[in-house]
Parts: sequence; structure tokens; C-alpha cells
Amino acid sequence: MKISYNWIKEYLDLDAKPVDLAEKIERTSVEVDDVTKPSDGLKKIVVGHVLSVEAHPDSDHLHICQVDVGEAEPLQIVCGAPNIAEGQNVIVALPGSRIANNVKIKKSKMRGVPSAGMICALQEIGFSEDVVPKAYVDGIYVLPEDATPGDAVYDYLGMNDSLIDLDVTPNRGDMLSLYGTLHDLAAIYDKPVELDHPEVKEDGAAIDDQLAVHVDDALSSQYRMRLVKNLKLAPSPMWLQIRLWNAGMRPINNVVDITNYIMLKYGQPLHAFDYDKFNGEDVYVRTAKAGEKLTTLDENDHDLDENDIVIADQKGPIGLAGVMGGLDASIQEGTTTVAIESAVFEHDHIRKAAQRHHLHTDASQRFERGVNQAGVQEALDAAAQMMNELAGGEVQKGTVVGSHNIPEPAVINLTLTHVNAILGTALTMDQVSHILESLGFEVTISADTLTVTVPVRRNDIHIPADLLEEIARIYGYDQLPATLPTGRMTMGSLTAKQRLVRATRKSLEGLGLNQAISYALTTADKAKMFMMQASETTELAWPMTVDHAVLRMNLITGLLDDIAYNSARKVKDVALYEQGRVFYREDGQDRPAEEEHIAGAITGTLLPAAWNQPAKPVDFFQMKGIVAAYLKDMAVNGDVTYVPNADMPEMHPGRTADILVHGHRIGFLGEVHPSIAKKFKVGATYVFELNLQAIVDMPKQENQYDVISRYPAITRDIAMLVDNDITNEQIVALIERRGGAFLQSVKLFDVYDGVKVPKGKKSLAYTLTYQDKHETLVDDAVTQAFDKVSKRLEEELGAEIR
Amino acid sequence: MSLKDKLSELRQRGLADIKQSTDLKDVNQVRVQLLGKKGPITEVLRGMRDLDTAERPKVGAFANEIRDDLTAALTQRKEELEQAVLNAQLAKETIDVSLPGTPVAKGEPHVIQQIVDQIEDLFLGMGYQVLSGPEVEEDKYNFEMMNLPKNHPARDMQDTFYITKEILMRTQTSPMQARAMEKHDFSKGPLKMISPGVVYRRDTDDPTHSHQFHQVEGLVIDKHVTMADLKGTLQVLAHELFGDKFDVRLRPSYFPFTEPSVEADITCFNCGGKGCKVCKNTGWIEVLGAGMVHPNVLKMAGVDPDVYGGFAFGVGPDRFAMLKYGVDDIRNFYLNDVRFLTQFTKKG
Ligand SMILES: [Zn+2]
Repeated sequence: MKISYNWIKEYLDLDAKPVDLAEKIERTSVEVDDVTKPSDGLKKIVVGHVLSVEAHPDSDHLHICQVDVGEAEPLQIVCGAPNIAEGQNVIVALPGSRIANNVKIKKSKMRGVPSAGMICALQEIGFSEDVVPKAYVDGIYVLPEDATPGDAVYDYLGMNDSLIDLDVTPNRGDMLSLYGTLHDLAAIYDKPVELDHPEVKEDGAAIDDQLAVHVDDALSSQYRMRLVKNLKLAPSPMWLQIRLWNAGMRPINNVVDITNYIMLKYGQPLHAFDYDKFNGEDVYVRTAKAGEKLTTLDENDHDLDENDIVIADQKGPIGLAGVMGGLDASIQEGTTTVAIESAVFEHDHIRKAAQRHHLHTDASQRFERGVNQAGVQEALDAAAQMMNELAGGEVQKGTVVGSHNIPEPAVINLTLTHVNAILGTALTMDQVSHILESLGFEVTISADTLTVTVPVRRNDIHIPADLLEEIARIYGYDQLPATLPTGRMTMGSLTAKQRLVRATRKSLEGLGLNQAISYALTTADKAKMFMMQASETTELAWPMTVDHAVLRMNLITGLLDDIAYNSARKVKDVALYEQGRVFYREDGQDRPAEEEHIAGAITGTLLPAAWNQPAKPVDFFQMKGIVAAYLKDMAVNGDVTYVPNADMPEMHPGRTADILVHGHRIGFLGEVHPSIAKKFKVGATYVFELNLQAIVDMPKQENQYDVISRYPAITRDIAMLVDNDITNEQIVALIERRGGAFLQSVKLFDVYDGVKVPKGKKSLAYTLTYQDKHETLVDDAVTQAFDKVSKRLEEELGAEIR
Repeated sequence: MSLKDKLSELRQRGLADIKQSTDLKDVNQVRVQLLGKKGPITEVLRGMRDLDTAERPKVGAFANEIRDDLTAALTQRKEELEQAVLNAQLAKETIDVSLPGTPVAKGEPHVIQQIVDQIEDLFLGMGYQVLSGPEVEEDKYNFEMMNLPKNHPARDMQDTFYITKEILMRTQTSPMQARAMEKHDFSKGPLKMISPGVVYRRDTDDPTHSHQFHQVEGLVIDKHVTMADLKGTLQVLAHELFGDKFDVRLRPSYFPFTEPSVEADITCFNCGGKGCKVCKNTGWIEVLGAGMVHPNVLKMAGVDPDVYGGFAFGVGPDRFAMLKYGVDDIRNFYLNDVRFLTQFTKKG
């Protein structure tokens, strides 16, 4: 809500400049979006009196005007506005002036005729199109008759006021009005504020004989109407129009403007109906019936919902309560009798109706947050009074009341001890009671206790904590001390799981992978790829896009998306890992289980080509090396084995292995199936994904010290020819099993399956290291063990030792 | 010429030859010439047979002295020449040390992870636990127990990814307040926790919005926790994350789950508080929301609000990273361009 600095000053004796006032509001009550002065940036824009208007000889719409701008000679200005006429006072941008958007106006020629400046529309001097009175939207604006030619126009149009745009939080509905804001400012500046209260001059007949209202209390806790007859519709006086457009509202006519003005002043939305357009003399406040329709003031048609509150006459709805009135019973030319409605509608219904019909209006915004329920009649009276004063209407006797449930003010007890204990302050009773009283709250004190009566307008305050906020903000958060919690000592340490997750990240970074954080919401297709266990998908009820509609059940697709993003930007070497959750859902369950996973993906080369080394494209074994090193870092207890898996549809059937720890599958690694890679638009990519939770839960090997033998080790190399389907793992396992007591390690140093070996065979070569921890090994012992294992290899694996 | 004179002359000549030798081969030749079996010294010694027995030891000693001198000179010359050879060799081996080092494989932690870790470490040091909670949450925890009943305007359907009526993607890490309070045994001492994690909002991704981002929740519940403690804690956080030059100020705000509620601003990164475009000329930038835990939230989590109370805060690591490094598009954090990921390499 934009609030006028000048309007505030009518009620409050303030020295503060607008920016300082805004700063104070922001620090003490609600956020301020900005402070603007409409005349800022404008230059040399004055009142001009149109002395004569002639048609332009070479144009069918341009006019040549002689305009008195308060100087010795009139200016000749060419003007294209259709509504230009002799005798008008108009807005003139002089030569050398600046109008909206920093546009400079110079002397020029228009179709050959010299033009010294420009006659302006309101939009051209910075008014938003939707606040310009309808009569002037498509033409120039006409200033009042008593404007003096040559004067700057700003004061005539209220443009020297400063407007403070408040961003009111949902709890502070009271700040959506001048009066509400004044109450807060009174406390902030610790100054009295004098508000005016209307006195209605009633005339004519009793309203009860002319109008009856029938209200469902549950929908409208208060519903009041007044009737004003014999009104003369006319444009509002300038001061009123200025208030409205400076608040961002379009002036329409005196009657409608008065309802809007009262809303800005009191925060109470009003609606004016044309009484003569009612069918009958009864007005109903009820929910809409199935099939009912309403055309609202903005000329949009709405199919009403059975949860919409409507104002209706005998025939049907004439307004969407608290949101927008209907077109049929609206104030239009010829209206003479007006029924003014001042009411409180149930906020939840209003919120939903505004959403349902996409009609977020100034009225609905206020009803959603709650209006001052103690001020409904006063606002109504003020409006009736103004209609008498400004439109010559006769206010009929009395108010018709359909419901009148005014809540009792909240009474809250609070102790000074509590205030200081929670705020961490040392405030005195005087300070606290003074703050509360300055907000307009009633305070009685008994010993340590304050009994606070909160005015109904502050519908956000119900409990002591609410009062604490009032005290704290008015006292000032800057004055609060800054301390740290004391009290019993607590331990701050990571859990074993948290430590392992951190170690996981460090390990993989050390191995060359960058941490990625991808989207957990993905497409239905991607969610289901690279599955490590069977699961139902978990889908969003109302996704924003199909790209982020289903919860992932793997991390790899996210990494492939990342690689594709890089690849599309010509970044071809990518090494990523991600640690995050996948979501497995059992059939019949609404909620998925969340499992921590860790995954990696590499493409291109891990080490870029450099002047001293060629690029080495990533391959299976590079990824396997990373996984093996990582699992070693995690010190899982038990053998890690890699078992071929040809059955994962998204993986290369010959280059994929399940990863088993002590026989339990914890994940897989391998090359992404080329057709899947193609789908993702990525090159050859190697990936792994592991169940991190499983790694967390596994028993771990503690570090231990092993004496390093002082005795020399003896090595023997063995090369053998075996059938292609014999695996390295089989050979190593056999050597380790049959290698004898002194065998320390087996290391593969060559694999060859080229032209020098028979078809269907491959050659493997290993270095066997023997060592005795307690004495020097004798050569014979090694030879004996070596011969034995060679024989076993021949017998059990059909190896041909070379 | 006496034998002694002969020897003296031999020494003169020998030393001169050694000095003139220019390579190791020369030196070797000189050595053989001087000290070899057919060399002059051997020859002189052979001539001793003709001397008096009384003269012999003297001449012999003299001859040995000369032999030692020549040997020492030869060794020295040899070393000199060897050194020269080595120097020449090393001179040939000179490399361009400005050539780049051989690349090593090295990965970086994600910038948001770095900020989360930094926050975790700070609060661990102050005795907080680190808790993590479900990303798929119950409406009950995400909203109801946070004092946002079903029809509360602040829980606009538009902002939440629902899965069913009661199950949703958490929109905030605040549900961890309720979960932590429900589990905590207050007889064992205060509850001090932070809870980092991913949250989701029904937003269209653009430079300043992401449907997925991070939050870190903080919560302290004890018998005597004050709003001043909250202010002090947030100050420590700002100083740790951004530096001592950054000030914190509190402003009133509104969250259903705290009362009083505040928003915390810190000194503008861009202008240091003087006022600029980034901070809309205020010198301050809003970075987090906080407040004293609402009594309803305590009650619903089974904590007696007459005995216990405390503060809660929620910070956004994405926003912190954007502010701290001037990242102008939040989507950078989730698209994982390697050129982006590897910009934040400073350790410690
Ligand atoms: Zn700044």
C-alpha cells in the first residue's frame, strides 16, 4: 500500500524527512518497498492556458495552439490530442523540459509548423495508465479553471507529495490504512495523534422502511448499510482525486471515490450499490447457488462457486462479497440513490474466492487479513457524511444492520519479569507500559503484572508473545544486547554417519571428481532408470513442468543431465559425483523411503592432455580404480568383489559390474549403454552408484599397525596362457589360496590377448612377492612354494605356464 | 746433477704437466707417465742402488714425498675436471621452469556444500547437533505443527509441491524444529540443533528462483533463552561467514512459527553500507528470518511453553553464496557446469 507523507502530516506533527520516516517504519513495523516523489526527475512542466486552437493545414488530427504559459508571449504548440480545446488549462512541457522516463523536450517542427514544447497527458508526466481518470486516458489532461498559467503543475496534481510503499506482512492488516499506520507512527515517534470522527447529518425517511438485509452470520459477522438519496454524480474534487491516484487508484466519480477514500483512510472496504437497480427492497448475504453467474464491475463474467459469498437481491447475485461488486447494480451515470455497504466477511471464504476468480482486489486483500471490526459503523458514517458534503446526497435516517458481532478486545496479562527474561533486556515497568500505551493499548499495573487491553483493530495480538513483539520493536532491536545462550553445556559433534558422508565427499574429491548438486525432481522416464531395487514412482500432484514431476530413484540420470549441459557448452571432460537421496516407494504407501546414495560419472578424460602427457580417454578401469580407492578409504570390512552384470538395460552389457562387499550388492559401475548415452546427448560415459546408507551401516576395519619386516623380500614373476573366460579374479584367488605361508602379494603386471597368443586365449603375468617376517627367506622355500602354485594353476585353471 | 736435484726437477715438470692436462684422459696419461712402472720416479728410485747406504733413506723419503705431492695434484686435477664435466652436463640439462606442472586429478566441493559445512562447523563448535530430516514431509510437520493450520493464508497451495493431500515436498527445513523437539529429552539439557537440507517450492526456475534450494534451520530451546541470545548468535554467524566487518540488524517481520519474528539484514557486500543499487540504497541486505519460537509450536511438539522457550532461525545457503560471490543466476548451482563448479577452490 502506498501511503502519502502529506496525509500523514495532517495528523502527526513530524519533522522527519520522507526517507527517514520510511526507514523508521521499516525498522519498527513493516517493510518499505520504496519511497517515491512523483515530481522527481521532471523539469519545467507548467500550467498553460489554451488561447486558441486551429487545425493544422497538413494534418487531419494535429492542432496548432497558442498557449499562455505566464510569459509575455504565448507559445505556439502543435498538439495531436483529440480533446484539446480553447479555454482549457493544460499541462505544458516547455522547451528544455524533462518529462517521464527522462525524455527531453525541445523546440521542433511538426509537419512544417514550429512547436515550442508539448501539451501533455498524465501518462507523459509519469502517471500509470491505470490511475488516469477515464476521461483523460486517451488525451491530454485538463487542469482546474483556477490554475495559474506559468505555475509548475506539480502541486496542482499532488506530485510533490512523497509516497511510501509499505509491504505489509499478513498479520498487519491494520497497516493497510492511514489510521492504522498513524497508530503505529504515534508509538514510533512517541507523539499524540488526533484522528477525526464523522458526524452524519441525517435527512429523509427511516432506512428500515426502504431496505432490509438478511445475513448469514457465519459468512458476515457484521453487515451494515446506509442509504443516500438525491445524489449528484460528478468528478471528485481535486484533493480527493489526488489522494486516490497517489495511492494507485483511479478516480471515477464522487460516490465511488468516496468509498475508496474511506477504505484508504480507515482500512474498511465499502461498496456502493445503485439502490434503484435492486430487485425489491431486500438484500441477502448468502453463499452462491449452483449455476448462478455474475458479471463483475470489470465486465468479466464469473460462474459462481457454492463457496462464494454473494450479495444478492430477490433475483440473484449483485456482488461477489468482499471482492468486487456486480456490474448491474453498480454506480453509473444517472444513479441518484446509493446503498453503502460496510461489512466484515469471513476471511477464508474471501481468500478462496479471490483465488478462484483471479480477483485480488484492494477489498479482498483487506478482508483476508481482517479489518477493524470496531470501526465498521464509523467508516460507513464517514462515507455517508462525505456523500452528503460532496455529492449533495440526503443520508436517510439510521443504519440497517444485518449482523453485528463485534469481538471483545483481547485482555492479556504479562509480567515485567517475563518481558525481560525473554527479550534479554532490563526494561522498567514505566518503559514497558509507556510503549504499550503509545500504541493505544490500555494498561493497568499490579505489582509485577501488566494487564493489557488491546484494541479490536489490532486483530494480530492475542497472547503475551504478541505483546513482546510490540515492546521489542518499539523499544528498538538495535537497543537489544547481543549475547550467546548460556545454560547447560552441550556436546557438538558429528554422528558416525555424518562423518562418513563428509569423508565420502573428501575422498571422491581427492580422486578427481567435482561435487554436483542436481535436481531431485525429474521426468518419469529418468526417475526409473539405473534402478538398484524395485520401487514404485512418487509423482507430484501438480508439477510445474514435466521435467520436474517425479522423484528420482537414482542419481546417475541427474549427473548425465549435468554432463549433457556441459557437453552442449563444449565442455567435454567432466568428472562429477553427487551425494544425495533417492526415493523408493512401496505400492500402497503414500510416502517414499529416502535412501542416501553416492554416484559418480566421468566422460572425456580425467586428466586433460598436456604438453608432457597425452590425453587418456576414461575407461572402465579408471572408474573402477576410483571406486576401489573410495571403498578402501571407507574401510569396509570384507572383500570387495566385482561381478559382471549384463542385465541392466541402461548399462553396457559387457562393461558393467555389480559391486559386492562381503557378498552383499551395494551398487554397480560401468559404461552407460551407448544408446542411452545417445539419448542424453553425451559421449562414452562411465558411472557408478552406491547405496551410501549401506556403506554407513557396514562394519568397518579399524586402522592397525603392522610391523614392517626387516628381512628381504623375494619376488618371482609368472606368466601364463589361459582361456579367455578365465578371470583375473579367479587366478589371483587361486594364487592367494595356494601361494604358501610367505606369499605377501600378487600383482598383475601384464595382460595380452593380441596376435602372439592362440585364438581364445590370453596371456597374464603376475609378480609374486614372498617374505618372512621373522627371518631371511631361503631361496629353496620360495622355489618350492612357487612351483606348487604353478602346478595348481595348470591343474585347476588349465593354465599354460610360460 | 744429483739424484735429489733430479727429483726436484721431476716434481717441477710433473706439476706443470698436471696443471696443463685438459681432460681426464690427459690426467691419466700424466699419471702413468709420472708414476708408472716405467716412469721417471721409478727410474730414480732404481738409481738409488748406486747411493751410499746413509744417503738412501733420505733420498727415498724425498722421492716418496714427491710421489705423494704428485698423486695429490693428480687427484685434485681429476676432481676439478670431473666437476667441470658435470657442470657442462648440468648446463645442458637446463629446463624451462615456467612450463606448466603436470596436471593432477582434483575435484572440488560444491560451493553450497562449502557454505553448509562452514555453518555446520561453526555451530558444532558452539555445542549444536546437526540433524537431518526427510525431504518428503507430512503436511502435519511442514505446516500444521509450524502453526500454519490448513486454511492459513501463508501456506498458499501455489507454493507447495503436494504428492497427496497430506504428503508434500518440504517447503522449508522448519519441520525439523517440531521433529527435534518431539524427540529431545529435556532432562538431559537444552536442545541446540541446526538442520541443513534441500527444500522445494512450486516456482518457475529463473535467475532468482529455483524450485529446489537449500536451507539451514537453527533451533535452541532451554529454560532461559533470550532474544538477545538470538541477536548474538546471528551476529556470530554473519561474522563467521562473511567477516568481522559485517554488521547485523534486526527488523520486525512475520512468520507464523515465531513471535516475535524478525528478519536479519547484514551490511551490503557491494557497497559496505554506503548504499548502492544492490541494496536499494539502504546499505543493508536481507539474509535470513528468525524469531522466538511461538508458544503454539512448543505446545504442539509437546514442550511446555511456560517452562521452555527459545529461538529459531532459517538461513539460505544459496542466497548466501549468491551474495558472497556475486553469483547472478541461482540456476548455476544446479546445472553443474564444470567451469562454475571449479571456481570456488579456496580451502581453509
Ligand atoms: Zn549496497
